[in-house]
Amino acid sequence: MREIKFKTIVDSIVQLCADVNYVLPTDVLIALKKSIIFEKSLARTILEEIVENANIARNKQIPLCQDTGVVNIFVEIGNEVSIRNYNIYNAINYGVGLGYKEHYLRKSIVCDPIRRVNTNDNTPANIYLSLVAGDKIKISFLAKGGGSDNACAAKMFTPSSKWIDIKKFIVNVVASNGRNACPPLIIGVGIGGSFATVNHLASYTIFRTIGSKNENSFYREKEKELLTEINNLNIGPMNVGGKTTALAVFIKANQTHIASLPVAVNIQCHSCRRKTVII
Amino acid sequence: MIYLQDLLLDIKSLKVGTRLHISGVLYTARDAAHKRIINILDNKKHLPFQLNNAAIYYCGPTPVNKNGLCACGPTTSARMDLFTPRILSEGVKFLIGKGARSDTVVNIIHKMSAVYFIATGGIAALLSTTIKRIDLIAFKDLGPEAIYRLEIYNMPLIVAIDSFGNNIFNKKR
Repeated sequence: MREIKFKTIVDSIVQLCADVNYVLPTDVLIALKKSIIFEKSLARTILEEIVENANIARNKQIPLCQDTGVVNIFVEIGNEVSIRNYNIYNAINYGVGLGYKEHYLRKSIVCDPIRRVNTNDNTPANIYLSLVAGDKIKISFLAKGGGSDNACAAKMFTPSSKWIDIKKFIVNVVASNGRNACPPLIIGVGIGGSFATVNHLASYTIFRTIGSKNENSFYREKEKELLTEINNLNIGPMNVGGKTTALAVFIKANQTHIASLPVAVNIQCHSCRRKTVII
Repeated sequence: MIYLQDLLLDIKSLKVGTRLHISGVLYTARDAAHKRIINILDNKKHLPFQLNNAAIYYCGPTPVNKNGLCACGPTTSARMDLFTPRILSEGVKFLIGKGARSDTVVNIIHKMSAVYFIATGGIAALLSTTIKRIDLIAFKDLGPEAIYRLEIYNMPLIVAIDSFGNNIFNKKR
């Protein structure tokens, strides 16, 4: 067994809080830069502002967006790792609380959805643990803004539904909700699983690198089809019109029940603040 | 670059789709602060700032860092649609946020001869460089949702709904 200490987890999380909020991932920045040449007037100016913002944020260590988000953390723990002396959830939350305080990030979490009192340290994070083989811990950290999370949607289709119905649903979610969620967007689509797991599929697939190919050729084609349709909506950067409504569509499919066909659409804003580290 | 107080006298010169750089004083207010403002108005109590001719910015900034900077981009305006008719009827002239507004809000902006600007969402680091001064003036317990008075210089904005009711989000697509 390889022991990974409480402090190691905390230090990694504190560093991730800073990194994701100050540095836009390279693949996102490249995709934004590439899209500039296809736009003119306001749409172009907005894309240029977004790219300039990424430079300022990195150089001056200022958050990319004032909504430094709810922290969603996906953790894969190797079965040869020992974490027996502490509670991993506590370690992660301690790191998030410390990171958001030390790096002047916004505290955006209320302890109860109805009574709404701020917890003042941006915890608790949403933590998803899974067990894998090996002696490492992989931490995938996503800081997600409330505006784009509000734009997400899921629907329980049934097996007789056609692809065109599913496609229409996905495109409609972008057209009705996504337009105000800071486009250009990254769209994560989960298909299959259950009501509980389909949202997880759509959420985690956002960690795919823009430009990477779906390992499944059937869904690779569907991604292309969806991206074209979404970019034909003429929503454009910040909904002022234009060709760049989405930078990517990622589909993740899973097995499902004979009676079911769940579909979830994750709307991710252009400030796609994610990073993965392996300890 | 143009000052908000100068625009007050010339509000009809602002046309939908125009990008401009503005300077002046803004008051931040999001969901929770709007609720409290309306509550104060209903109870005829003392407001933390004068609404007449004011500019409201839908923004919850990050804490000010050791270099005196805070990230301060716009939040989704549509969530404030419910409160906006009342706010405008109190004389607020400028609204700043991101995204489309309801038809009701577009109509009341027209009726009250106000203007809705959009700032680009997710460029809070860039916008932080336009803040010259930030003061917390009310509702400290709300944390990022408190009301802050911002002195801004050269902030890039786009006229999204002008005083004639023309709406940037209404263009035939």
